[in-house]
Amino acid sequence: MSISSKIVDDVVAAGIEFVTTVPCKQLAGVIDEVENRPEIYHIPSNKEDEGMGLCAGAFMGGKKPMIIMQNTAIGVTINTLATLTQYYRMPLPMLISYRGELREPVACQVEMAVHTKALLNQMLIPTYHFHKESDAEELPEILKYTFMCNKPVAILTDASFWGGYGDQ
Amino acid sequence: MIRSEILREIAPILRDQLVVCNIGIPSQELHAIDDQPTNFYMLGTMGLASSIGLGLALAQPKPVIVIDGDGSILTNMGTLPTIANNVANNYILMIIDNGSYGSTGDQPTYTGKKTSLAKVAEACGCERVIECQDVDTGRVLQEALDSGEMTIMVVKCDSGNAKNPVITMDPVVIRDRFMKAIEA
Repeated sequence: MSISSKIVDDVVAAGIEFVTTVPCKQLAGVIDEVENRPEIYHIPSNKEDEGMGLCAGAFMGGKKPMIIMQNTAIGVTINTLATLTQYYRMPLPMLISYRGELREPVACQVEMAVHTKALLNQMLIPTYHFHKESDAEELPEILKYTFMCNKPVAILTDASFWGGYGDQ
Repeated sequence: MIRSEILREIAPILRDQLVVCNIGIPSQELHAIDDQPTNFYMLGTMGLASSIGLGLALAQPKPVIVIDGDGSILTNMGTLPTIANNVANNYILMIIDNGSYGSTGDQPTYTGKKTSLAKVAEACGCERVIECQDVDTGRVLQEALDSGEMTIMVVKCDSGNAKNPVITMDPVVIRDRFMKAIEA
């Protein structure tokens, strides 16, 4: 079974039925899986803060939400995380491609990678980092934890976790 | 008419519905006119009322009315294609278009100049888009509820704000009573 399909199995098993995505090349397999699962309403967003708004509404309507996005999105969602998700105490698992780490071919991605963990730390967002495929074994517990504590929780997934990034 | 006069007029229609209300003075006005547990007041996060309302409408069957503004839609213009392509027939987006950023001192927005949000919404693929004048808001809103179709309203009105206190209710209380009202 592919790692993408295992991850989405865990998402479905956690009762998550509403998933918004903003694409990243590293997340393409997961996004395909999300799109193909009948248990999940997949709603692509045009920007990640928009996606967090959708997730806030879905949560209040009784659905467990999730956002899938790239780490560059941390740069555009700080205000939304602080004044919506955290201020109203809403759960939000964030599956994040951690671009700009080892095996990254695009230099500019490193510029946000160096801020990613510092920003998440500053926001007091519980953060997990998947580097090896076996790290994903914790995903079911991380999802459970997120809906237990009603917080946004970050799951960073780097290029090594996904088995590399394109030709290099 | 200014926004607060419109809200006062449509308050009897809003009262029994789930309402997601835009940040700043619109929420303060609605709160002062007719505070209800079925109202979700945004205390921050410019631009996301339409997105929160869409997520809510897709997640449960009751009608959802979003009270939004022209400035807020311009901030999150990507919302309109998402709305158009994820049709929720229990969703009404009411954009109070007074051509200004009311909460920050009535600076003009581009919708008071060349930009038509109704045309943008149509170009994005929204199928039931109705632009109306302030005096017709109640009738158009009731027709939208009766239609059972997703509706985007653009309500053209005058710029201006009523003076009301800020909302001091805790956000978790707002969210909790709103969720209980949704389940009721």
